[in-house]
Amino acid sequence: MGYFAPRSLDDALSVLAAGNARVLAGGTDFFPAQGRRPIATDLVDLTGIAELRGVTQGQTGWRIGAATPWSDVIKAPLPPAFDALKEAAREVGSVQIQNVGTVAGNLCNASPAADGVPPLLTLDASIEIASRSGRRHLPLDRFLTGVRQVALDPGEIVVAFHVPATDDMDRSAFLKLGSRRYLVISIAMVAVLLRLDGDRIADARIAVGACSPVARRLPTLERVLIGQDRAVLGRTDLVAVEDLASLNPIDDVRASAAYRMDAAAQLITRALHVAANRGGANG
Amino acid sequence: MDSGGPDITTFCLNGKEVSVPADPGERLSQALRERLGAREVKVGCDAGDCGACTVLVDDAPVCACLMPVQQAAGRRVETAKGLAAGDPVAQALMERFQDRGAAQCGICTPGMIASAVALLRVNQAPDEATVKDALGGVLCRCTGYRKIIEAVMATGWVLPADGPAGTAIRRVDGQAKLTGAEAFGDDVAPAGTLEIRLVRSPHAHAAFRLGDLGAFRAARPGIAAILTAADVPGRNRYGVIPGFIDQPVFAEEVVRFRGDPVAAVVGSPEAMRRFDPADFPVEWQPLPEAATSDAAMADGAPLVHGDRPGNHMCGGFVAKGDAAAALAAAELTVEGVFETGFVEHAYIEPEAGFARLVGDRVEISACTQAPVMDRDTVADILGWDRSRVRILPTAVGGGFGSKLDVSVQPYLALAALKTGRPVRLTYSRTESMQSTTKRHPARMTVRVGATTDGRICGFEFNGVFNTGAYASWGPTVANRVPVHASGPYRIGDYRAEAKAIHTHCPPSGAFRGFGVPQAAIAQESLFDELADRLGIDPLDFRLLNVLENGQPTVCGQVFAQGVGVKACLEALRPAWVAESAAAQTFNDHAMTLRRGVGIAAGWYGCGNTSLPNPSTIKSGIRPDGRVVLHQGAMDIGQGANTVIAQIFATALGASLGAIDLIGADTDVTPDGGKTSASRQTYVSGNAALLSGRALRAKILQLVNAPETASLTFHEGRIEVAAGAQRHVIDLARLTPDGEGYVLRAEETYDPPTKPLDANGQGEPYAQFGYAAHLAVVEVDLALGTTRAIRFVAAHDVGRAINPMLVEGQVQGGIAQGLGMALMEEYLPGRTENLHDYLIPTIGDIPPIETIIVEEPDAHGPFGAKGLGEHVLIPTAPALLNAIRRATGVRMTSVPVTPSHLRAAIREKG
Repeated sequence: MGYFAPRSLDDALSVLAAGNARVLAGGTDFFPAQGRRPIATDLVDLTGIAELRGVTQGQTGWRIGAATPWSDVIKAPLPPAFDALKEAAREVGSVQIQNVGTVAGNLCNASPAADGVPPLLTLDASIEIASRSGRRHLPLDRFLTGVRQVALDPGEIVVAFHVPATDDMDRSAFLKLGSRRYLVISIAMVAVLLRLDGDRIADARIAVGACSPVARRLPTLERVLIGQDRAVLGRTDLVAVEDLASLNPIDDVRASAAYRMDAAAQLITRALHVAANRGGANG
Repeated sequence: MDSGGPDITTFCLNGKEVSVPADPGERLSQALRERLGAREVKVGCDAGDCGACTVLVDDAPVCACLMPVQQAAGRRVETAKGLAAGDPVAQALMERFQDRGAAQCGICTPGMIASAVALLRVNQAPDEATVKDALGGVLCRCTGYRKIIEAVMATGWVLPADGPAGTAIRRVDGQAKLTGAEAFGDDVAPAGTLEIRLVRSPHAHAAFRLGDLGAFRAARPGIAAILTAADVPGRNRYGVIPGFIDQPVFAEEVVRFRGDPVAAVVGSPEAMRRFDPADFPVEWQPLPEAATSDAAMADGAPLVHGDRPGNHMCGGFVAKGDAAAALAAAELTVEGVFETGFVEHAYIEPEAGFARLVGDRVEISACTQAPVMDRDTVADILGWDRSRVRILPTAVGGGFGSKLDVSVQPYLALAALKTGRPVRLTYSRTESMQSTTKRHPARMTVRVGATTDGRICGFEFNGVFNTGAYASWGPTVANRVPVHASGPYRIGDYRAEAKAIHTHCPPSGAFRGFGVPQAAIAQESLFDELADRLGIDPLDFRLLNVLENGQPTVCGQVFAQGVGVKACLEALRPAWVAESAAAQTFNDHAMTLRRGVGIAAGWYGCGNTSLPNPSTIKSGIRPDGRVVLHQGAMDIGQGANTVIAQIFATALGASLGAIDLIGADTDVTPDGGKTSASRQTYVSGNAALLSGRALRAKILQLVNAPETASLTFHEGRIEVAAGAQRHVIDLARLTPDGEGYVLRAEETYDPPTKPLDANGQGEPYAQFGYAAHLAVVEVDLALGTTRAIRFVAAHDVGRAINPMLVEGQVQGGIAQGLGMALMEEYLPGRTENLHDYLIPTIGDIPPIETIIVEEPDAHGPFGAKGLGEHVLIPTAPALLNAIRRATGVRMTSVPVTPSHLRAAIREKG
């Protein structure tokens, strides 16, 4: 067993290609899952690879390095479309977790309750994956395939998330519901992104987490909202049961399935309200 | 690129460069503690759920348990010890922690300090919300967080280090808790000590057969021993109540709960790092289980113990007057069925300890609430005389009842005996939660009647308590509940029955309140309902029926003095009036949020129920003039070291500065009894009072000085001054005894009680303590979430020996009561960690105002009463009553999670 801390992505891919190695970044999911059991594989620590860290703006949008810790996302100067992502980042475990836990780690762990997923879904994020045979890009919703399941082949490493250019008039919000204030796994959570053209809703993106095996966008509801006057966002009966048809929450120790549906509708209404009342970059 | 294999990692630890060889992916916490001796880094969960192991890496707080040591390469790592030594921000913060009693047991404190220092380095004057955000990742189970917030924000008390009984002073043992120097159960074994791991049942009920242990061992170099039931030389059973010694050290043939141990593997640290219990050769044959008390009482249910038909372990009963006739005659009755689940103690320190053989004896250092009981239990298991077992307790990182039972101790003793070498054992968080005792789940059916003028007229209580697989303190719960289920009220016609039923669940045992918090939920909820139905203000209704001096309890016990519950309830009136009006105003304008105010009262008898429970305190004076106090009453964070010392010093007439504390240690401290039943301030406090007075009398007698004389302790002499007279006792002229004392006094106190008869009539306790809480909540009707926004807690403590410690107990108890009411739900096999089992975080505890009521008790030292358990008894019912006032919904089971409350609100429509 060895511990590899490569400085380049190529080196990391070589170690992975050589066989029996596991990828490690922030360790915040790795160690709890490991418990006291012996580590039986090589470890490849990705946190020393510069290409995998940091939030940068390019010509077509934003790039978030896969191994960027959540606290760096919080500190990054980002437009209001990312407010929801930052709010989610502050809800990832605790400060201790945010300081080391990474964006890609949150996704690759593929918990239905991963805090980072709903905001990234509303940002239309895609994921960049590298292997020795090259790079590929996938929309986020195709990367996450199920509970604890992602479309990542052996030998592949998540490199970055790409978010297409946002509009200065975008505004976003994230709401998380749990049974206590900190360090809590979501019962349900919602991220929304609104683009307003005057009073008209030019775009609406809504994602719900912890209410299905994988967090989901709600395209039906989004379509209903797009084109309407923003006044509609003040309605308390905004969300109909059929709008949530794509969700299929479970009963577990945290809440009943029925409650999750109920709460999701409520959180969507509130998150839209919060976002709508936030100033965009110019307002 | 760094190469693989066991490597050397170099980083800066507290300002010094260190190089450490470590396994690939070894946790930073492990490397710091075991390879670099940084035992100030405490480990509570190994999963990032508790934050106790927080260290600063390049100024950022991280959980050392979640970082591979290799990731620290080239970085700056700071621990509490380093911060204490070299960081002025941390030093000032630690002083403030001491002034406010912000560290109780101290296990979370190094993590709190590190997290707070990270904040204070960038923000010297944080507001409360910022402090909470910064400390939200560190769990504390003792303090209720409020004093930690005060310490970080530099608000609140500044305290002296010395003062007599009745004054708020700093803890006498506070400093080591802040720097992490305090040695808890896992902190005393030298690095390299043989480690023990237990092989536990994955099934709730199963037969099992062990495989080829010899082959298993032969294939694993470094394994020193394997222990099973066959290796228990004495009695392979332990327990705490005579007649109920039923828990095997190692299961024989059958396991009775998930987590029941069948074997132990002992080996070198290297070997144990490679050991996976899943590889252990054991075959399981699962058997039908009784998972709930209902299932266990059903016809044909599998028996947990063959000799306990119906899975009925025992019961308790109290009857006075004629409850049935009174209820029939009552003009109004209310009734309800109330349910509570398993509650986990969730102290941040998992059970841990170290043992070694010394001559023909075994010495065990482990966290415990009951050293002498541990000694006797281990001796029975070894089949040895008690004199051959020494218990040297470590600091205790929280107990709350569960560390009254042995956990690691028998395995430590057996492994030390088998290998002949020192051994250590530390439970993982999951093991701790799986295998140690819990609060009893209860189902309580209660009826209460009243006359239209508001007098209680008949009270019936039937409680079924799930006592789990083994007895533990279940009999105590069964006895205590009927005695207390009335609450502190005057009820003439009363009948209460409690049954303890075995299930294939972890053993239920002692947990702060011994069943009384469960009973209080039922009783105080129904009292609110009764008051509403009668159209009487809930506070007035309670006052109309409250117990007062000279009135009999439901056991027929009459206290001529010391019943302070009326004063507690009256103390809530200003807040009750103001908060009720404020809630009304708020609700008039709110949409989905609703506020409610609830009150509840409670009482708790201090000490064992109608059984002897003496404490002995020894003191002596050395020729050098130092006064030595042998203090065997375990301080588990509550402050016994300080309280007992204050009482003793006051009785002696000395300052604390003249006194050295020794203990606890079964070789050198007499039996201070167990830290349980809210008995230490009262019982051990009385022994300390008597010891201090006796020592004082001996000093005065030497010079024939009057009782009013004042004493001053100097190097080698004592000065005795009385009026114009002044005597000097030259201690060198006195002959020291075998222990080196020139004067000594050993005194014992045992509370005067009388047995209960068949109807539970008698004098179960020499004193009760009393309490009343007010809770204000805000409920989100659409989401079912409940946020507590304020507590006011009035406690009759007789006399507050140390008001700072009283507040600490109250705030910590309320936090536990809130957890029980709103979020805590232990489900065997499902919530065996601190992210699925939720305890309150710093963001969940609102401001708590403590009102100290002092209705002196004739038996208590300086009038003092016990407090530890009282503090959470009224909390949950006060919250439930507040939720009812906010929503109109009566919740009859806890925890009231958002999911449950929302369902109830929907159902009500």
